[in-house]
Amino acid sequence: MSIQTMLMQLLGGFGQTVIIFLLTLVISLPLGMLVYFGRASRLKPVSALVKVYISIMRGTPLMLQLLLWYFGPFYLWGANIGGYKFTAIIIGCSVNYAAYFAEIYRSGIESIPKGQYEAAQLLGYSKAQTFIHIILPQVIKIVMPSVTNEVITLVKDTSLVYSVSYVEMLAVAKQISAAQTTIFPLVAAGVFYYIFNVIVAFLMERIEKRLNYYH
Amino acid sequence: MSLLEINGIKKSFGDHQVLKDISIHVDEGEIVSIIGRSGSGKTTILRCATMLETIDDGSIVYMGETAVKAENGVLTYASSADRKRINGYFGLVFQNFNLFPHRSVMENITDAPIKVWKRNKDEVYAEARALLKRMDLADKENAYPCQLSGGQCQRVAIARALALNPKVLFFDEPTSALDPELTAEVLRVIKGLAELHITMVIVTHEMNFARNISDRVIFMDEGRIALEGTPAEVFDSGNARLTEFLGNYSD
Ligand SMILES: Nc1ncnc2c1ncn2[C@@H]1O[C@H](COP(=O)(O)OP(=O)(O)OP(=O)(O)O)[C@@H](O)[C@H]1O
Ligand SMILES: [Mg+2]
Repeated sequence: MSIQTMLMQLLGGFGQTVIIFLLTLVISLPLGMLVYFGRASRLKPVSALVKVYISIMRGTPLMLQLLLWYFGPFYLWGANIGGYKFTAIIIGCSVNYAAYFAEIYRSGIESIPKGQYEAAQLLGYSKAQTFIHIILPQVIKIVMPSVTNEVITLVKDTSLVYSVSYVEMLAVAKQISAAQTTIFPLVAAGVFYYIFNVIVAFLMERIEKRLNYYH
Repeated sequence: MSLLEINGIKKSFGDHQVLKDISIHVDEGEIVSIIGRSGSGKTTILRCATMLETIDDGSIVYMGETAVKAENGVLTYASSADRKRINGYFGLVFQNFNLFPHRSVMENITDAPIKVWKRNKDEVYAEARALLKRMDLADKENAYPCQLSGGQCQRVAIARALALNPKVLFFDEPTSALDPELTAEVLRVIKGLAELHITMVIVTHEMNFARNISDRVIFMDEGRIALEGTPAEVFDSGNARLTEFLGNYSD
């Protein structure tokens, strides 16, 4: 097999990696805010339940969670296991990352001084207006470095879907490597992950810089 | 009818009664200073009057409209539409400014009138520029709070409160976070407002300032109004607690 063919196949797998990454982010970033609202809810049963959910998500391996999302419907209800693998992966990753994001949002929101809410109240802002116009923009800046960390971890965590035999870059690399008895595809996959992460880090840094107009 | 009537309010935190039956009436155009030692309840009065704090007993009435009333800890508020209107009658300048750090000076001043009160944008901007000029901040409209001195921040906070055209403006120790020179510039601005006959209630530790600017001085002692009257009546009263307070003060 030529190096070119190998790279083309890897690139195909890389496409899957990027799709999982982007979908997970697009879902888990807002979902995390919803989870935070649940955790901060004044309804005790809601906040207790959400706390348990967050603690389970953070206290068990993502790989195990993926296996449960994938095999659960099959063993419990005899669902057709071929049909929903991608959905299971996206749900598993999103629901896991939302828990982490919720905790990041929480620490950011709790760090906003009470005086900001009081000043807003005095000026007539409603609770919703206060959150959207006054609190959220400040929180985004505060949480950006922690979110960047999670996003970079997510790039690498996409390879965990290998555990439910989903064909993404790492799976492709391992296949070719075994078939061709060469280590090259694995090294190449590493380079792809690395470059992907460098780009992600660069973009996040750009966003952080843009938010640096005040401190 | 007074502009503001605080009628017999009581307030406890846990079993510590911080306000014990306080009544204060403020007429239009009046300047009232509240003095008293630390912990005597001055800030709590302002926080109750501006609805940042609930009351246990008594009532708060603006322009004849009851904002909140309490009997044995049971609170009755005005309807939410009334509350919003009443909320527009007063403004508060905090000790530590509480400007919005992510907003420029101009945005700090204009955001609420435009977004919350739905006023015309050009009109609000024109008024804000006039206010900034009055505050000696004409060249700072695009600055962010972190680029300003404490005195400048406080003047922006005053402009922000004035932009809503409140009927009465409360100040909670507006200069106690500032150096002496910065204090002077903020006091000068407040004096300028006095000349415009803006109704003000000022909690302050600046005794000379209180004596010069006020129509009425209220001396708080352990949650009660111990003395109330013109500056001369209060400062020259010879009251033992006041003398002790002023004595601690000059040290
Ligand atoms: N949220 C609160 N919870 C509990 N106690 C409080 C609270 N706010 C104020 N107090 C207490 O109420 C008393 C009066 O406080 P307040 O802030 O009104 O005093 P002050 O006259 O403004 O004092 P200072 O000159 O130091 O600002 C103090 O003993 C204070 O500890
Ligand atoms: Mg105080």
